[in-house]
Amino acid sequence: MTEREKILGRIREALSVAAPRPGGAHAESTPAAASVMAQSSTPRSWLPKVGEGYAERLELFRQQSSDLKTELRVVASTGGFRDELRRLRESDGWKKIGAHAGTLVKGAIADLGLPVCWTDSGYKVEELENCDAGITECDALVAQTGSVLITSRSAGGRALSVLPPHHVVLARRSQLLADLPEAFALIRQRYGTDYPSFISFVTGPSRTGDIERILVLGAHGPRKLTILLSEE
Amino acid sequence: MVVTLFIPCFVDMMYPRVGISMVRILERLGHSVRCPESAACCGQPAFNSGYWDEARTVAEKTLQALADSEVVVIASGSCGAMIKKFYLDLFRGTPNERAAADLAGKCYEFSDFLVTRLGVTDLGAHFPAKVTFHDGCHGLRELRIKSQPRKLLEKVRGVQLVEMAEEVCCGFGGTFAAKFPMISTAMGEVKCSHALATGAEYIVSNDSSCLMHIQGLLDRQKSKLKTIHLAEVLATT
Amino acid sequence: MNTSARQFKEQATLLTQDLRHRQLIQTAIGKYEVVRDRVRSRYQDWNAARQAAAEIKWEAVNHLDEHLTRFATQLEARGAKVHWASTGAQAREIITNLLREKQARSIIKSKAMTSEEIHLNAALEQAGFEVVESDLGEFIVQLRKEPPYHIVFPAMHLTRHQISELFTRELGSAPTADPEELTLIARRVLRQKYVRADVGFTGANFAIAETGMISITENEGNARLTAALPQVMVTLLGIEKILPRLEDLALFLPMLATVGAGQGLTCYNSFYGGPRRPGEPDGPEEYHVVLLDNRRTELLADAEQRDSLHCIRCGGCLNVCPIYRNVGGHSYGTTYSGPVGSVITPHLRGLLEWKHLSYASSLCGACTDICPVKIDLHHHLLQNRRNASASKPSRLERLAFKVFAYVINRPGCYALVKKVGRMAQRLHPLVKGSRLDPAYAWTKTRDLPPIAKQTFKEYWSSRK
Repeated sequence: MTEREKILGRIREALSVAAPRPGGAHAESTPAAASVMAQSSTPRSWLPKVGEGYAERLELFRQQSSDLKTELRVVASTGGFRDELRRLRESDGWKKIGAHAGTLVKGAIADLGLPVCWTDSGYKVEELENCDAGITECDALVAQTGSVLITSRSAGGRALSVLPPHHVVLARRSQLLADLPEAFALIRQRYGTDYPSFISFVTGPSRTGDIERILVLGAHGPRKLTILLSEE
Repeated sequence: MVVTLFIPCFVDMMYPRVGISMVRILERLGHSVRCPESAACCGQPAFNSGYWDEARTVAEKTLQALADSEVVVIASGSCGAMIKKFYLDLFRGTPNERAAADLAGKCYEFSDFLVTRLGVTDLGAHFPAKVTFHDGCHGLRELRIKSQPRKLLEKVRGVQLVEMAEEVCCGFGGTFAAKFPMISTAMGEVKCSHALATGAEYIVSNDSSCLMHIQGLLDRQKSKLKTIHLAEVLATT
Repeated sequence: MNTSARQFKEQATLLTQDLRHRQLIQTAIGKYEVVRDRVRSRYQDWNAARQAAAEIKWEAVNHLDEHLTRFATQLEARGAKVHWASTGAQAREIITNLLREKQARSIIKSKAMTSEEIHLNAALEQAGFEVVESDLGEFIVQLRKEPPYHIVFPAMHLTRHQISELFTRELGSAPTADPEELTLIARRVLRQKYVRADVGFTGANFAIAETGMISITENEGNARLTAALPQVMVTLLGIEKILPRLEDLALFLPMLATVGAGQGLTCYNSFYGGPRRPGEPDGPEEYHVVLLDNRRTELLADAEQRDSLHCIRCGGCLNVCPIYRNVGGHSYGTTYSGPVGSVITPHLRGLLEWKHLSYASSLCGACTDICPVKIDLHHHLLQNRRNASASKPSRLERLAFKVFAYVINRPGCYALVKKVGRMAQRLHPLVKGSRLDPAYAWTKTRDLPPIAKQTFKEYWSSRK
């Protein structure tokens, strides 16, 4: 018998005795809590509330970004990405950037005048590490949590968005979703059963509180996260 | 109404004034009080130590003594939790299972009885002092009693209630206090420091067992802060 | 008293009197509580969310065989290799053999309590591999050669000065009291390790049965780098980490962040579903997942306490536990400390050796109230006590409770005992607080109230 069969066998034997349902006599002083799953199949009604409409979502996303120390810049059109990137190039003294061949990215960095480490068909880790910023697209933004949803397909692989010290995300208005349930629905709808090998919700720049619970940004990942959102 | 008052062993021996205050309050409200002689202990020390057979020996006696009551008032949140909640576990699968469930349905911790069952909050008490309130964990988390004692205190003339920074266990925990005295003491010290920080003169609680531990620490530290049971505050005129 | 119990008492005695430790932990947890409560208050219905989470985990754990099979099938269909380990020793062997086969030398690790549970680092080091923890807190405790103090905040017990001294001694860095500089020192050292590492090793917070993915929650980005750069990736996880559907994460990720760290969502929540796919530019060529039982099936067999396998290791119960706060994480001597550790360790490592942890609780129930998946923690401690007394009772204790029952059940006898007690306590001042005092455990630090001149029962019969 393989270990797999042995473990599954032990599990089946253990499960032959039924366990009490959660929220029974003991966890609550009130009688067994009614099954909330039976009432609603989405956590939307329990999670933090998100307003209706784009304006309210944007306001919440702006608030979350500020709390998370993400820099959010809203521009009128995707053409505005160029100006923002030029500004960042100047203020942060960029010498080299990492990028992937997405439509938005290509357009935005075309006239930036910096050498680019393209990740699409493989790259040297040392080269990407020496980039001042990684510029990526994304699958969605999530107003509820201030998150950016990326995958290895939408954001140039696994490392581009985490190895350089600054992650710049380019997004469109239509990508701003209300909440996590909506984001998960999008993942399912977009990728079906052909999931990329890496999917991530990025919520603010890298951080740690491991020393006396004092917040420090840029633990291992990017110290800065900038989101450029086109209202076009 | 005829109220059966259950006075736990340690209240009987060390804090009779708590029981006497309850009798006075209930009688003042026009109820007649009975205290069955044979109900002496809920059996919690043995139960919490894992000796359920020994606990049942004690609990059966109490269960029988209280069984034919109209309503039972328990003079401690901790013993209240034992009788109202844990008897169901203790007697599950025994001939007393049904009796335990019946009893659970008519048991009240003292402050809960006044506020929830009788709908009374103003007892005409007068206690001019700054106080803080300590929630015994069994009352708070097993019986979900939190607002009741505060509603009662609110109506006491002269009382100023200042809440502590944190809702945390005082460290009594029954046999735990003797099995792990160093942990129990450290927890009690944290509790006392929270209470002292409020600037209160009294720590009021609806559980004498916590107060026995807290007062014991305060006395040893020669602190001026005093403890008093809610019933004693409410019995003042 | 057995060795584990004696060590626990000794350590607890030291730590409870260490006022510096008390202050450090109170402050750290105090900061966490403020943010946790702020984030939690934004939920429309936190308790309904807890109930839903508990129901989802109930479904996962009570159909574990089906979900695990599905998880493994899906993951393997996408090119990963799934290994099954009944014991810690088997898991260590699987991983060691794998590393040898790959001719690996250095391993970069992101935080995995499961690897602490099976003492993986020691085994790998003994086999000649270089193993480096990349989570900042884990890196710090690894340098100190000690286990994590807390399952979420491994270095919570250290001040920045202690960490600075450690870095100066071990890494040769200049002393600094600035947490940012200290973080930067670790970042620089570890960056080199990532680039050189042959294998990236991770734990997992969740395993999604439906899609065959693991989910990793982190703030630093170290797990992301671990999963991005080395050519081989290995994940070790307990079989209970299963969630049925991908969408379940929409609830579990924010709840874990809220209770675990006081965040709406942690910085990176990443799902890995296999090695690099065709057309993807990076990620490991090979992905191995090791599923660990290590007596979890024994816990599963205890239907009464099966819900303790719902645990998502958020650490919330440690944070609210007044015992944990006073004795500290190391006193437990276990991988999983705090209330959940006290509940499950007797199942994972033997009831009689670890029962003392179930007694070391005031049963205040703060743990059960905070638990995001509604594990009935403090009542399980009571059940462990019952099971321990049933399998190996203390004769003295049982006798004491029998005598107590005898006395208390006979009103005349009880009255007499009170009278005798009242006389005996006149002598109490002679020994009070000394080791001769029969109530020494109490009176060493506390006064004991006397038996009243008139007990309540005496008052009551005088009224009749």
